[in-house]
Amino acid sequence: MNKGFMRVIFTVLIGLWSVTLLSDTEGVFDQYREMLGDDNPAIFVIFDGEEIWYAPAGPKSVSLEQCDLGLGPGVVEGAYAQLPRYFPDVDRVQDVEARLEYCMTQLQGLTTEEVRGKPYSLRGDLGTELEALVAWIADQSSGLAIAPGQAHAKERATYALGENLFYYRAGPHDFSCATCHEQTGRRIRLQALPNLTTHPGAAEAYSSWPAYRISQGIVRTMGWRMRDCMRQQRMPELIMGSQASVALQTYLAVNGAGASMAAPGLKR
Amino acid sequence: MMMKTIMQFLAFIIFSSAVCADEVYDVLLESMTDKNFVTVERLKQDELQAFCSQPRSASADEARAAELRAAALSDVPIPSDQNYLGDWQRGEKVASNGRGLQYSDDPEQENGGNCYACHQLDPAEVAYGNLGPSLSGYGARGQSIAMLQYTWTKLWNTHAYNICSHMPRFGAAGILTEQQLRDVMAFLFDPQSPVNRTQP
Ligand code: HEC
Ligand code: HEC
Repeated sequence: MNKGFMRVIFTVLIGLWSVTLLSDTEGVFDQYREMLGDDNPAIFVIFDGEEIWYAPAGPKSVSLEQCDLGLGPGVVEGAYAQLPRYFPDVDRVQDVEARLEYCMTQLQGLTTEEVRGKPYSLRGDLGTELEALVAWIADQSSGLAIAPGQAHAKERATYALGENLFYYRAGPHDFSCATCHEQTGRRIRLQALPNLTTHPGAAEAYSSWPAYRISQGIVRTMGWRMRDCMRQQRMPELIMGSQASVALQTYLAVNGAGASMAAPGLKR
Repeated sequence: MMMKTIMQFLAFIIFSSAVCADEVYDVLLESMTDKNFVTVERLKQDELQAFCSQPRSASADEARAAELRAAALSDVPIPSDQNYLGDWQRGEKVASNGRGLQYSDDPEQENGGNCYACHQLDPAEVAYGNLGPSLSGYGARGQSIAMLQYTWTKLWNTHAYNICSHMPRFGAAGILTEQQLRDVMAFLFDPQSPVNRTQP
C-alpha cells in the first residue's frame, strides 16, 4: 500500500476542511467528524509511532522494545488504559510521557533535556516522536476500560494531590481548573467545557485523548492538554511528565475510570 | 477521652489542610518553568486565592470569609476623577478582547477583559460564554450612584460582594486600567451601547 501518497491526500483534505472550520461552530464540526467516520487521520501518526517504538535510537542505539509501560517489558496492548500508575523501579507514579522519558533515558541513553526539549509540536509542525509514540500506545488500549492504578498508597496520594491542584487558584486571573471545569453545561465563548469533577465529564474527556486536532493537523497528547489549559490559566509552562502533570491526569483518569478508551479522538 | 479525640481531629484538619496548600505549591514550583514574561512567581497564592482553593466539599469558614470580604471592599478606590463612565465603543473592544497575560500573548499590547468568555452582552453577538449571568440590557438598572458604585466595585474586586466568585479581579489584580474599567462601565450602562439597544 502506498502510505506516503495516502497521507498527502489526507493532509490536503484535512487542510482544506480546517480552513472552513476555523470560522465554524461545533455543529459543523460534528458533521465533519461524521464524514470522517472511522477514517481518523491519526492512523498515520499511529503507524509512525509503531515504527519509532521498534527503531533503534539514541546513543545506545536500542529500540524501546524492552520499555515496561506497567504490564511488563514490551507489553503495549492495554498498558495506556492502566496509566498513570506506580512504578517500583522509580518509586513514583508516572503517566505515559514520564514513563517514555524514563525508557528513553535509561534504555536509549538520551538525556532528560533531550527528551523534554520539545515534546510537543508547535503550530505548523508535522508532529513529534513523542506524540506519535503516545498515539500508538493509546491506540493499543482502544476499547479497554480506563483503569488507573489506585491500589498503592502513592497512587492514592497522587489522586489527592491532583484534586488539590485542580482547585488551586493563582495568577493574575485567580483561575484554577475548577473555574472552567467544575460545572455542567458551561462554555467559554462557543467552546463547551466538560465538568471534569464528575464521572461522565471526566470519562468523555479522558477517553478521547490523545487526540487529532483538525485545526492544527497534529496529534496532541493529554500532557499537552494540561500544559495548554495551564497557559489559558495564565500560569507558566507545565513540564511534560512532571509531578503536577501526572497528578492532574491521575485525577481525571480516576474520575473517568470504567469508561472505554476511544483514543486517539478527533477534536476541533 | 472524648475531648482528646476532638482535639486530635481538629488538629488533623488544621494541620492537613496547611500541609496540603504548601505541598501543592512545592509540586507546582518543581513542575513548571518560566516562559517568556510569565514566571513561577505567579504560582504563589495571596490570602484570598488560598482561601478560595478548597475543593467544593470542604466546609466554609464563615468568619474568615467575612474578613476577606471586608478587606476586598475596603481596598476598592473611587475613580480618581469621580467619573465612572468612559467611552462605550472602547469598552466594547475591551469586553471582546480575550488576550493578555498568557505567555503566548504580546506583553506590549493592552490586556483584554474577556467579558464575552463568560457573559452575554450585545445580544447580537452569538459567541458568548455562560460561566457568568447574561448582562444584556444591563443599562436598564439605571445610573444611580449606588448602581455605578456596585458595578465598579464588582469589576474592581468581585470578592467584595461574592467571596470566591469565579470572576477575575480586574482592578485589584491590575488586569485592566482605570480608564479601561470606565470604558467597560460605559459599555454596560450607556443607552447607546449595543448591550442596551435591543433586547433578545
Ligand atoms: C479559562 C478556562 C480554562 C481553565 C482555567 C482550564 N481550562 Fe481546560 N479547557 C478549556 C477550554 C476552553 C477547553 C476546550 C478547548 C477546545 O475545545 O479547544 C478545555 C479543554 C480541556 C480538556 C479536554 C476536554 C475534552 O473533552 O477534549 C481537559 C481534559 C481540560 N481542559 C483540563 C483542564 C485542567 C486539568 C485544567 C487546570 C490545569 C484546565 N483544564 C483549566 C478552558 C479552561
Ligand atoms: C471567568 C469568567 C468571567 C469573566 C471573564 C468575567 N466575568 Fe463577570 N461574572 C462572572 C460570574 C461567574 C459572575 C456571577 C457570580 C458573581 O457575581 O460573582 C459574574 C458577575 C458579573 C457582574 C454582576 C452581575 C449582576 O447581575 O450583578 C457583572 C456586572 C460582571 N460580571 C461584569 C463583567 C465584565 C464587565 C467583565 C469583563 C471585563 C466580566 N464580568 C468578566 C464571571 C466572569
